[in-house]
Amino acid sequence: MRALSASIIAACARALAGPSVRWVNIRPATRQRVYFANHTSHLDFVVLWSVLPRKLRAMTRPVAAKDYWNSGLRKRIAVNAFHAVLVERGGKSAEGDRTTTARNTLEELVEALQAGYSLIVFPEGTRGNGLEVGPFKSGIYHLWCRRPDVQFVPVHLSNLNRILPKGEFLPVPVISRVVFGPALKLEKNETKESFLQKAHEAVCALGEA
Amino acid sequence: MNFKLDHQMFLVLNVVIGGLIVASLVGFALSRGVKSEERRATIDNLNARIRAWWIMIGIFSISFVIGPAGSMLLFAFISVLALREYVSLISTTRADHRTLFWSFFVFTPLQYWFWYKGWYGLAVILIPVYAFLFVPIRLALAGETTGFLDRAARIQWGLMVCVYCISYAPALLTLNIPGYQRQDAKLLLFLVIVVQLSDVFQYIWGKLLGKRKIAPSISPNKTWEGFVGGVATAVAVGTALWWMTPFSPLQALLLSLAAALMGFAGGLTMSAIKRDRGVKDFGSAIEGHGGILDRMDSICFSAPLFFHLARWMFVSEHPLLFR
Repeated sequence: MRALSASIIAACARALAGPSVRWVNIRPATRQRVYFANHTSHLDFVVLWSVLPRKLRAMTRPVAAKDYWNSGLRKRIAVNAFHAVLVERGGKSAEGDRTTTARNTLEELVEALQAGYSLIVFPEGTRGNGLEVGPFKSGIYHLWCRRPDVQFVPVHLSNLNRILPKGEFLPVPVISRVVFGPALKLEKNETKESFLQKAHEAVCALGEA
Repeated sequence: MNFKLDHQMFLVLNVVIGGLIVASLVGFALSRGVKSEERRATIDNLNARIRAWWIMIGIFSISFVIGPAGSMLLFAFISVLALREYVSLISTTRADHRTLFWSFFVFTPLQYWFWYKGWYGLAVILIPVYAFLFVPIRLALAGETTGFLDRAARIQWGLMVCVYCISYAPALLTLNIPGYQRQDAKLLLFLVIVVQLSDVFQYIWGKLLGKRKIAPSISPNKTWEGFVGGVATAVAVGTALWWMTPFSPLQALLLSLAAALMGFAGGLTMSAIKRDRGVKDFGSAIEGHGGILDRMDSICFSAPLFFHLARWMFVSEHPLLFR
């Protein structure tokens, strides 16, 4: 049932967003990955998820904000169809005053990884304006610290903000673009700053690819 | 508006399919004997184009068999896809969002609905009058003034070219020419054959003989040799097809010429937009051809003229008298 409704929603999302998909120096594979992308629209995870090959969709869970996706129809879509991991937002994660929310979020994501799932995350934490990629929150770095064996794959999404911008509820069918890039190459003892910088640069570079 | 499938239409569709079989065989033969890398790319593109033609002609034929509703739906869908390619390519802003929503989901369906109902008066003014006025009003209500005229004009232009102009092609089914009732579909087939053949033969003659470029700054592939050869071939075929239309051979020749020339002008104009935006194609929906709009650019410009000329000559209260 879940697979069917998710397939239908994925087909609708692909019809609406008409995404052109490119895999640059990387191939779709069943190995465990964290796909991280820039964030401009509520459609982001739906589209990113729907352009994955069917086999990968079943093993990939998007991470979405609980405040938006946790009621009524949205919840049914996010949780039942996409098997999304819903997390609290606003973990102001400056080192030192990391709130318990951020800590809980991290635990939930690690748990999903332990269960063998791949994840789709948006490290900006909030939707940007589509012009530039905002600074990344450090959560993704802590996730990597816990599971350095998982591949961290950058993804750049464009035009989705034009389909369903912030604050709009009716979509316009503009053609979007999804570019997957090669997994991050990281040192064993990568610092937080250099991790976040590499991750950010990787996403931005795909925007120009 | 009504038509039956008659033997003339079947005959023509069969000839088209026969031509496509020949093209596929030629493409196959060419691909066997290629040596250089550069020629290989050209031949691969040619074969991709031929494969795409099979699909396009298949879809077109199915819509014909379904009847007028099928053709209207097909072209409405083409309009949406063309407008989508256009909007994706030009830059629109956040403040344009709701106006674009109206363009896609209100004006486009209405345009085709009016033609389908045969409401000629409404169909010809919906976009040039109502949408023309509505677009700037809605943009003004959105409150953003930066680039206002620019943004309004872009949306108006997109609606005109991708929706209004393309809708004239299936509108041929509503012409109801006296003595040609229930056969209007052949007029649509005639237009599509002439315009697309003109495109195809401009490409072929251009590849074979092309030397002198017509507009190097706009479209490096358009040559005088291709233009003359393509238009001449299309006009010859159009004239030879007069028996499937309500036209005399001379009228068929003149209308084919008008359609082929406008088709060429459409390709050139749409290329200018692509160059301005720094892209080669509007999209990648059709293998080898680019986007929907790359294939439809010639129909966009020829269909309105063809429709109104035919209407003026055969339907209006003061028809042209040289028949």
